[in-house]
Amino acid sequence: MGKTFAEKILTQKAGLPEAVPGQIVEATPDLGMSHDNTAAIKKIFGKLGLARVRDPERFVVILDHVVPAAQVQYAENHKEIREFVRAQGIRFYDVGRGICHQVVVEEGLARPGWLILGADSHTTTYGALGAFSAGIGRSEMAALWATSKLWLKVPTTIRIELSGTLPELVTSKDVILHLIGRLGADGALYRSVEFAGPLVERMSISDRIVLCNMAAEMGAKNGYVAPDETCFSYLRELGVTDYEPVYPDPDAAYEEVLRFDLTDLPPQVARPHTVDNVVPISEVEGLRVDQVLLGTCTNGRIEDLRLAAEVMGGRPVAEGVRMLVIPASREVWAAAAQEGLLGKFVEAGAMVLNPGCGPCLGAHQGVLAPGEVCVSTSNRNFKGRMGSPEAEVYLASPAVAAAAAVTGEITDPRKLLGS
Amino acid sequence: MIKGRAWKYGDDVNTDVIFPGRYTYARMEPEEMAKHALEDLDPKFAAEVKPGDVIVAGKNFGCGSSREQAATCLVAAGVGAVIAKSFARIFFRNAINNGLLVLEIPEAVDAIGPGDEVEIDPEAGVLRHKGREYRFPPLPPTVMEILRDGGLIPHLKKALTKEG
Repeated sequence: MGKTFAEKILTQKAGLPEAVPGQIVEATPDLGMSHDNTAAIKKIFGKLGLARVRDPERFVVILDHVVPAAQVQYAENHKEIREFVRAQGIRFYDVGRGICHQVVVEEGLARPGWLILGADSHTTTYGALGAFSAGIGRSEMAALWATSKLWLKVPTTIRIELSGTLPELVTSKDVILHLIGRLGADGALYRSVEFAGPLVERMSISDRIVLCNMAAEMGAKNGYVAPDETCFSYLRELGVTDYEPVYPDPDAAYEEVLRFDLTDLPPQVARPHTVDNVVPISEVEGLRVDQVLLGTCTNGRIEDLRLAAEVMGGRPVAEGVRMLVIPASREVWAAAAQEGLLGKFVEAGAMVLNPGCGPCLGAHQGVLAPGEVCVSTSNRNFKGRMGSPEAEVYLASPAVAAAAAVTGEITDPRKLLGS
Repeated sequence: MIKGRAWKYGDDVNTDVIFPGRYTYARMEPEEMAKHALEDLDPKFAAEVKPGDVIVAGKNFGCGSSREQAATCLVAAGVGAVIAKSFARIFFRNAINNGLLVLEIPEAVDAIGPGDEVEIDPEAGVLRHKGREYRFPPLPPTVMEILRDGGLIPHLKKALTKEG
């Protein structure tokens, strides 16, 4: 019987001849990633009484969650982290470089066949480039600093095969919201998810990132897209050629194989307060919005900004709406500036902010008041997530977010095109 | 032996309501974290929870962010165990790594009501409620060992000391 991607790569990284689902293995990751939580990890690491991180070259630290520092305590965190990474010789990207997941991809640190563990739940992102990547806790990152090893349970795997051609202005965000709505927020709990099929094969890396990023929202341990020429040429552009892809066997044993034809899929929206509360846009059209967030690790790339600008089509942001545009990285910011997109957003009345997580986690830069409604391109709409527990967050694609910004209400973006 | 009252909640209790994002990058000791435990779900929990009390919830408990404070704040608040129909995987790991017992016993979740007395013997694999016993399968040995040592860091410290 053949092996799934998860079974193969975890067997390899644990240095075992074989590993089966349910087995607990000790694996050594190729990369360990942490962000603003590095100060807390350092504190835990301190309890172990070790002076040095065992393999500093295996780790990367990127400041992105509350950047630039919004309060003295965040500033203290950042300062402490800067001193620590310098002393330990850990690769470091300071405030302003971008959101951790975007930076890892742009820096060529997400590679086919790599095992990546990150102290962030959306570490699943790197499966878009054929890595096995999963989120872990802070104590676990401290343990990795100490030993370079961590226990992992070999998961069973769900294969999701997607076919069909998406309608205009319907994106991979609509696809993943639809899948989460169908499977539920625990639909892939503890499991590995392989995204496959002709629709996925045609997707760009940016589109695949959206799928794998939000695999976390169906409970998955990791998401994976088999690396192909799209992936290889993306990495070549970055100057990365040193990797060995891992593929599932054609006769791998899956817990489930699900097939979806997504021709005619309408834009999807996740209503408050769970990500699986998904409906076609027609069910929420006309709802008044106070704020629109375009950005985050899910949808803050240049492709997302282009799409939003196209849908806005030179229209101003509606009266009473605050639109926040947060490019996911400095590279995205610079490209968007060069293409004239940032100027368009500003002229329309939007605020363009520095790269970072922004208000997605409710810490700063546009948190919500009680009773306010936000349409966000982010990945979570939990109660209190973006500020007040009495605020409401609707998750959607950049096209839907842009349409909401210019009309002041949830609107099918296809109605704006050409009008 | 763990003995206390049950605090009962529904499905998909996420880490944002267990420990709000607005505090995640604040510098906070566990005792301070305990004061914010379940703040956005049940504002009276932190003030009224007693040592040994257990949380009883539906499926996918602890979904969302990887923030470890979601486990740390419950331990610091004195929570003896969380019994759920299922757990989100990072929360499950964080709980074990903080020495917090997490058990998947769906039948017990359905039977236990808010405020009920619950008793758990983790080594024997038994939960007692209203004269009924619920058996649960033992956790994997690797996981039990971490729990017995009080979490991943004490466990690792022990191992590092042994290595000398």
